[in-house]
Amino acid sequence: MEKKGEENLPQGPLANLNEEYISVRSAQGRRVLFYPFALTFIIMLGVWVVLSGKFDPFHLSLGLISCAIVSYLSCDLLFPSPKIKGLLRQWARFIRYVPWLMVEIIKANLHVTYLVFHPRMMELIDPKIVKFRSKLQSDLALVTFANSITLTPGTITVDVSIDGDFKVHAIDKASGDPLPGAMEANIAKAFGEV
Amino acid sequence: MDIIVCLFLFAGLFFFTGGAVGILRFPDFYCRLHPAGKLDTLGLLLALIGLALFNLHHFSLGTLLTSAKIILIVVFVFLASPTATHAIVDAGVRAGLAPWTKGEKRR
Repeated sequence: MEKKGEENLPQGPLANLNEEYISVRSAQGRRVLFYPFALTFIIMLGVWVVLSGKFDPFHLSLGLISCAIVSYLSCDLLFPSPKIKGLLRQWARFIRYVPWLMVEIIKANLHVTYLVFHPRMMELIDPKIVKFRSKLQSDLALVTFANSITLTPGTITVDVSIDGDFKVHAIDKASGDPLPGAMEANIAKAFGEV
Repeated sequence: MDIIVCLFLFAGLFFFTGGAVGILRFPDFYCRLHPAGKLDTLGLLLALIGLALFNLHHFSLGTLLTSAKIILIVVFVFLASPTATHAIVDAGVRAGLAPWTKGEKRR
């Protein structure tokens, strides 16, 4: 029965608003859940050890105390939902997305470098603003999409609305035409929104 | 090993040079942001990978930690650079600057 109730939640931007509301309430109520706390703590401690590089008890205990305080205060920022089961799989999918993005970045960088050094560059470029609507749902997927567009040269995200309306400044036809295309499909896969 | 490090550094320098030349050559504010914000990211990635490899010459825990810090710089730049570029573009749009289109004079 409970599952049916979850399915009836509003989709799209309204669903996002709903989630935000819930997470804000739990932050005020200081309902610190174990798994988000533990995971945040482990990540924080890893960063501390890498950045400090000292392994004597004094520095390690300082790290333990400050990591505990920070993860107590902000564990619901990194893991907004207490559901931990799909998390590892989602991270694995996201890590599989990174190499694809790197290849795209390198290809597009070579393209823009070619444009920069071309003697008749002014005739090759044709800047214009491309507008399209993305099918992605969650805020995180939209932010990743916007940042990926800006990272691949030839395109800069000018504006994103919460419903997924994108305005993208593309420097020439070859950069702007493939949008949204393969990148959106890959991000939808990485965030499980196929 | 030194050859690989040199290759990475020179490839990074090549993209940085492209970025600098692009800022000078492109016709308007928005087009200039393309090389400024992004050829830098790949240039930085290549140059810092070269530095991280060079740093691992004498392999020990200390140098490994330093290399990990260098790689962390890359991660943060990859998160921060598109955000900063977007903020600059947004400032341009809010100030009412119209994008250059083909056929106009360069500004």
